[in-house]
Amino acid sequence: MMLLRTWMIMWKEFRQIARDPRMLAVVVALPTFMILLYGYAINLDVRAVRMAVYDQSRSPQSRELVNAFARSGYFRVIAYPGNDREVTALLDGGRARMVLIIPARFARRLADGETAPVQVLMDGADSTTASTALGYAADILQQYSSHVALEAARRAGLTAPATGQPVENRARYWYNPELRSNHFTIPGLIAVILMMLAALLTSVTVVRERERGTIEGLLASPVRPLELMLGKLAPYVLIAFGDVLLVMAVSAVVFHVPLVGSPALVLALAGIFVIAALGIGLLISTVAPTQQVAMVAAVMATQLPTVLLSGFIFPISSMPQAVQLLTALIPATHFIRILRGIFLKGNTLAILWQPALVLAVIAVAMVLLSANRFRRTL
Amino acid sequence: MTRTRGEAAVTISGLVKTFGRFTAVDQISLTVGRGEIFGFLGANGAGKSTTIRMLCGILAPTAGSGTVAGLDIVRETEQIKTRIGYMSQRFSLYDDLTVTENIEFFGEIYGVYGARLARRTAWILAMANLRERQDSLTGELAMGWKQRLALGCAMVHEPEMLFLDEPTAGVDPASRRRFWELIYAAAEQGVTIFVTTHYMDEAEHCDRLALMHRGRIIALGTPAELKDGYMAGTLLEVRAEPVMAALERLSSLPAVREVALFGSALHAVVGGPDEADDVRAALDAAGIRVERLAPARPSLDDVFVALIEQAERGA
Repeated sequence: MMLLRTWMIMWKEFRQIARDPRMLAVVVALPTFMILLYGYAINLDVRAVRMAVYDQSRSPQSRELVNAFARSGYFRVIAYPGNDREVTALLDGGRARMVLIIPARFARRLADGETAPVQVLMDGADSTTASTALGYAADILQQYSSHVALEAARRAGLTAPATGQPVENRARYWYNPELRSNHFTIPGLIAVILMMLAALLTSVTVVRERERGTIEGLLASPVRPLELMLGKLAPYVLIAFGDVLLVMAVSAVVFHVPLVGSPALVLALAGIFVIAALGIGLLISTVAPTQQVAMVAAVMATQLPTVLLSGFIFPISSMPQAVQLLTALIPATHFIRILRGIFLKGNTLAILWQPALVLAVIAVAMVLLSANRFRRTL
Repeated sequence: MTRTRGEAAVTISGLVKTFGRFTAVDQISLTVGRGEIFGFLGANGAGKSTTIRMLCGILAPTAGSGTVAGLDIVRETEQIKTRIGYMSQRFSLYDDLTVTENIEFFGEIYGVYGARLARRTAWILAMANLRERQDSLTGELAMGWKQRLALGCAMVHEPEMLFLDEPTAGVDPASRRRFWELIYAAAEQGVTIFVTTHYMDEAEHCDRLALMHRGRIIALGTPAELKDGYMAGTLLEVRAEPVMAALERLSSLPAVREVALFGSALHAVVGGPDEADDVRAALDAAGIRVERLAPARPSLDDVFVALIEQAERGA
């Protein structure tokens, strides 16, 4: 009996969704648009930084150093200023983000085995890009001086690679060896998009019945609140699941994000996550006075916390303690942990059971809370 | 037209519903017999819909008690819901479902499926004359069709009682007449009908009536009882020329309690039939030509206007 009524509510919702072209547009176009927009816009990589070179040395050695910058891919030489005024003008106007100044005595000092200083001027207005670019610049200069030292040693007839460095740094980045920020942001993006979309989908379902007056027919019928909530949820779980596949396909095909772990595990846990997100929308729908309010509330309640507090971009570990506790209440926090774990590290449920359990608890709590709120607002 | 009254279909005693500081329903009590067509009259906001919602288990009463089909309206709402049909002012149909989909939906949530659902669907389509439009979207139907479909959906599970909340609001007169034929037919089958309306002509169709005003029942009885018993004084129908001068003269007479223009005639309420001659004399003296002046049986309109004015004065 309970199943039949839940089934009928679900069947009705499906018919209504299928006859609403706007809904279908939202379901397909919105996630595609969002993942492309965010995927291209949120790029934390520092590449092809515009640099200028004030080469006072004009020697084969200085050209070799400039080449090392250009070859790295992190820098693109766009100008060769001839004096200090031009250097200042390039930085002031923002044409160059960085200027490398190679003094006139550069080649001589190298030949004499002395330390040859070079100056790097960095536009520090954008501190994140500046510090990253400076890191790359330091690496290139370091490699170049090792190379010079090695050459000098060889000329001196030494055989051993005595680089003059007692400790050598041999760092390797695991899971994302090329440090591509895409691989970090896209899995999080999947969570951000699904969260907002799912909450938006269910946010109008109950309040629409209220606005159109159809709620009275349901209330006067033997349908129970939980049957209504489950019946309304079910079709959207399927739709949201379709969107999971859609955004995962786009992230693989367009952004080449590798999936190291099990696709089946991603889908299973994504199922739990979308139920939690749909449940939040459902809860909003049972308390919102109008459809418009419900939609705005759904976007506000999901988008801001999900983008800011879930660890999507800003690391949770650097947030104040109180805010860190708050992040645990946000479903996306847990799902992003899951997604990064499976996509990049190939984690299994043995490692991810904790965030998975939290998601499941949130999902069940949202649905029960909606049914409870619904009963009280008759 | 009065049917035999069996066991009570509805009993209400001391029912109250308040919303914040507003009292929508104020201490009402009544009994409706099985098989009756019971009319609930009153202006918008009089408390009719609130009462009906409490009876249907959609709204919890603030105080008081009641039964529907022998079941308690506070504790046994879920059982009540399976045994009654409810049609709201806004019809509660899904505009984006077709006619048959709506019937199917309401049928199955009431536990009607399979062969029984097919039989009921055919019956509703025939009753509402919707067979040719069974695959139309409900939103595309005219109001009259929608109204009959809503009645059909409310009856899909063959309830023993129907609660109809302003079922004919916004529907054309021909559809209204057809709709009442359907209500009669249902009552003939033994279904108890509890209907709210603010159309006086519809009130005449009911076996018994309750008039609600500001949350209270101010009159209760058959249409005939109300017309005869509730009118204090005698109603005179006056046809006179010029009519506006007559209206003015009558309203200044101390013997005339109320006077109102009614079509081309005037309805005046006086203390008793013997005062008719005094009224005629007064009009003659004012040079107004009286074509007709005779006691008349009040219409329900007259009674309700008089009762509401009385209640307002008392308040």
